[in-house]
Amino acid sequence: MTKNFELILALAFLALLAVLALVGLPGNILNLFIFMMIVALTAQGWNMLGGYGGLSSFGHAAFFGTGAYTTTILQTTFGINAWIGLVCGVALGALVGALIGFLSFRAGLKGSYFALITLAFAEVLRILANSWDFTGGASGMMVSLKNSFWDLQFADRRYFFLILVVFVVLGLFLTRWLERSAFGAYLIALRENDQAAQALGVDIFRIKMQAITLSAAITSLAGCLYVQNFLFIDANVAYGSWISIEALFAAIVGGAGTIAGPLIGSVLLLGLGEITKSFSGGIPGIDLVVFGIILVLCVAFAPNGVRGYVADLYRRRMNRPPSSPKIV
Amino acid sequence: MLKAHNLTKRFFGLVAVDNASIDVPEGSITGLIGPNGAGKTTLFAMIAGFSPPNEGRVVFQGDDITTEKPHLRARRGLARTFQIVQPFAGLNVRDNIAVGAYLHTKDPTEAKRRATEVAEKVGLGRELDKLASGLTIAGRKRLELARALATRPKLLLLDEVLAGLNPSEIRDVLPIIRKIREEGVTILMIEHIMQAVMNLCDSVYVLSQGKMIASGEPKVVCTDPAVIEAYLGHGAAARMQAEGAAHA
Repeated sequence: MTKNFELILALAFLALLAVLALVGLPGNILNLFIFMMIVALTAQGWNMLGGYGGLSSFGHAAFFGTGAYTTTILQTTFGINAWIGLVCGVALGALVGALIGFLSFRAGLKGSYFALITLAFAEVLRILANSWDFTGGASGMMVSLKNSFWDLQFADRRYFFLILVVFVVLGLFLTRWLERSAFGAYLIALRENDQAAQALGVDIFRIKMQAITLSAAITSLAGCLYVQNFLFIDANVAYGSWISIEALFAAIVGGAGTIAGPLIGSVLLLGLGEITKSFSGGIPGIDLVVFGIILVLCVAFAPNGVRGYVADLYRRRMNRPPSSPKIV
Repeated sequence: MLKAHNLTKRFFGLVAVDNASIDVPEGSITGLIGPNGAGKTTLFAMIAGFSPPNEGRVVFQGDDITTEKPHLRARRGLARTFQIVQPFAGLNVRDNIAVGAYLHTKDPTEAKRRATEVAEKVGLGRELDKLASGLTIAGRKRLELARALATRPKLLLLDEVLAGLNPSEIRDVLPIIRKIREEGVTILMIEHIMQAVMNLCDSVYVLSQGKMIASGEPKVVCTDPAVIEAYLGHGAAARMQAEGAAHA
């Protein structure tokens, strides 16, 4: 299975979803699809740093929330256009990424230490957002309903879904570019062995900084789009650990360090969660139980995620040696 | 080309390298030998920038690089291999070598083409698509060499590239090292295999318990009583001489 084939499959899948949405879907299914795309985009951001760079963050909420709050505050407090708000949200999210990166990578943090420090940053931001008047405090903030393209809101949800699909497609292409580029090769090299990478002339600090900035930008874009859909934000939604966990779950279950992994993971996790919810009559928290089971199954049988598992099956059929297990 | 002067490295109470100096002339193959634990790899780490010395200076092509980071030294043309091989295990051989080639080109197609070229030079041409984790020890040693060569070094630091290889594999690698020198790369090598040292090196430095105890042409150094005692223990040189006299 070549990389291009993987990209084409993912694009075909998204095209199918888009056609389904245009033909007509029940409202709750469309909402589920919208949420899947938001999580997929968040996970695509996580995948750049955690998947390709091997730097697993537990605090991508810091970027998601910064994007969400920036565009909300710009729109409600300052009356600025939603698209400009989106650009500012992405820029500020990237800046927060660079700042967290600078502090952690200067100190040479990696592995569980890096995971903990990112979690801590996200929690600090959550507590600040929960107590400041500037961010609406504990009662959160509402974006007023406008329903026009220029306000990035649509009475017809299908159009919003299509915009999300476009962003996820861009995410796929960006990931494909990363895999091919010198930057991507350096990023993977430092994931595999940072000493050897340095010996070959890789400035690992600079590469990590670029990776976290890019990763944060994509995840904060997802945060901005989240607000445009739900029109409400508070500290526990924006900076809550739920989104950090969705991001890394989706990427790891789908296949960290692969092009389609984050998309596969988010569709699978949210889809299965929704199915169990509807069959179980809505027992609270049942979808989280399903998440847990899927994660256990993945760790036991598919350490490279669903994407890696499929690739191994394919290789076995073709009688090629399987890829080595990879630790994320 | 490389002058390392009065390098000292202390790990708390232990002095691993004690006031050692080494001089590598351009175009030469210089050997660094010594018993296990003598501090050879630590000396290498200081020259390559992985471990800052407590005292002393490292001068490369006239520039003082004592405190420079490893990746900047690599850009100057100083490449190293690791005694304990450090492949990018999840990548195939071509992509492993390409990481080195990216130092001089940002174009992936060009980098992979150069990686293929270098792989063929060190005899990995048939294993380009194999995962690095699937290579034999001999293969991984060649991969270390190939990756370092892909950075187009002026000075190549080889840390026991022959260790763990069987005699026929060693016989295959010796001409490769000689050819690298013929192409204008200066080499400093740590080696235990004396066959290789005698064969390849123009001059040899001997490190023992952190101190440089001898240097010179390989044949001369081998008969130096201080060197024999460093390897075989106190009094060994005198015993060997006595035995030699008895045979005569």
